[in-house]
Amino acid sequence: MLNRREAVRRLLEDRGDMLVVAGLGQPCFDCFAAGDDPRTFYLWGAMGGAVPTGLGLALAQPDRRVLVVTGDGDALMSAGAFATVGVEAPENLAICILDNERYGETGGQATHTARGADLAAMAAAGGVRKARTVRTEAELDDAVRALRQGAGPLVSVVKVAPESQPAALPPQDGPHLKRRFRRAALGVEDK
Amino acid sequence: MDNWRDGIFEAIKAAGVTQVAYVPDAGHSRLIERSIEDNDLRAVSLTTEEEGVALLAGAWLGGAKGVLLLQSSGVGNCVNMLSLARTCAFPLVMLVTMRGEWGEFNSWQKPMGVTTQAHLELCGAACYRCDRPEDVRETVETAFRFAYYTNSIAAVLLGQRLIGAKVFEEPAPC
Repeated sequence: MLNRREAVRRLLEDRGDMLVVAGLGQPCFDCFAAGDDPRTFYLWGAMGGAVPTGLGLALAQPDRRVLVVTGDGDALMSAGAFATVGVEAPENLAICILDNERYGETGGQATHTARGADLAAMAAAGGVRKARTVRTEAELDDAVRALRQGAGPLVSVVKVAPESQPAALPPQDGPHLKRRFRRAALGVEDK
Repeated sequence: MDNWRDGIFEAIKAAGVTQVAYVPDAGHSRLIERSIEDNDLRAVSLTTEEEGVALLAGAWLGGAKGVLLLQSSGVGNCVNMLSLARTCAFPLVMLVTMRGEWGEFNSWQKPMGVTTQAHLELCGAACYRCDRPEDVRETVETAFRFAYYTNSIAAVLLGQRLIGAKVFEEPAPC
């Protein structure tokens, strides 16, 4: 089992001008622990929203790499969005699903991926053909490269250990997160 | 007298929209067709309406304006995702074709249809209702100004009297 903090640290290291959408719960905390950046948009709620938010951003900024980092629970809730990503097929969109097979924020109940559901297969069936499951360090090396630079859309489902991590809480104020993202990513100053 | 449908399209273009998020809908069909044909618009077909709320939040993070086309029944699907727009003050324009009201034959459309505006208002949306063709374009333009100047949610409810109620083929019971 891979360590989620280490996987995300590697994914975001020297990130260049990459834009990041972090799904609610642990994936937000993992991204913050890797180093806060105004070009990371943290979702503190809106479960099921990470993948479609990343899609809208990728379509709006086709020349920038957009990375969605989210969890298995969030991805299961927006399973239909895989089909929307498959149809729109943005080359600049990469999706990393940290799959601990648990609902970590609500007491560790099993998600469907602990009981046979296969998110990579669901993504592929939705039309995101570059979808795979990552279980080893060697596979992670390859996945990090692909998520950072490979032609999208692509999905990597990274199987991570379910142990709890030290607290790392990003800012929660929504308008602040939005404004600082647009300032850093677009150079616009919202009133 | 279907000019109001083109009026919506012209208002969307004038507002600078580039992403049109939609679910299939008879009332919006002309608008959807024109959006697909327009090279400057990205018409994104959704599997469920709440995807569109998140999609357009992402669009705005990337500097693009959008519009969400949906039916009154789909408003119910959006409820929790609208917390994204509300909490972060994302501008969001929703164009809602109404069912379950004027001339409705299908009782299953009624629960959402008769409560659409109340649902939207509970979610923090400003609602502008349209039942006359001559009001449509100006109302859509007003919704865009409201949403993008005040960073908030604006919904235009296009009444079933305006769109034309779907006709049931069997004789009416009364």
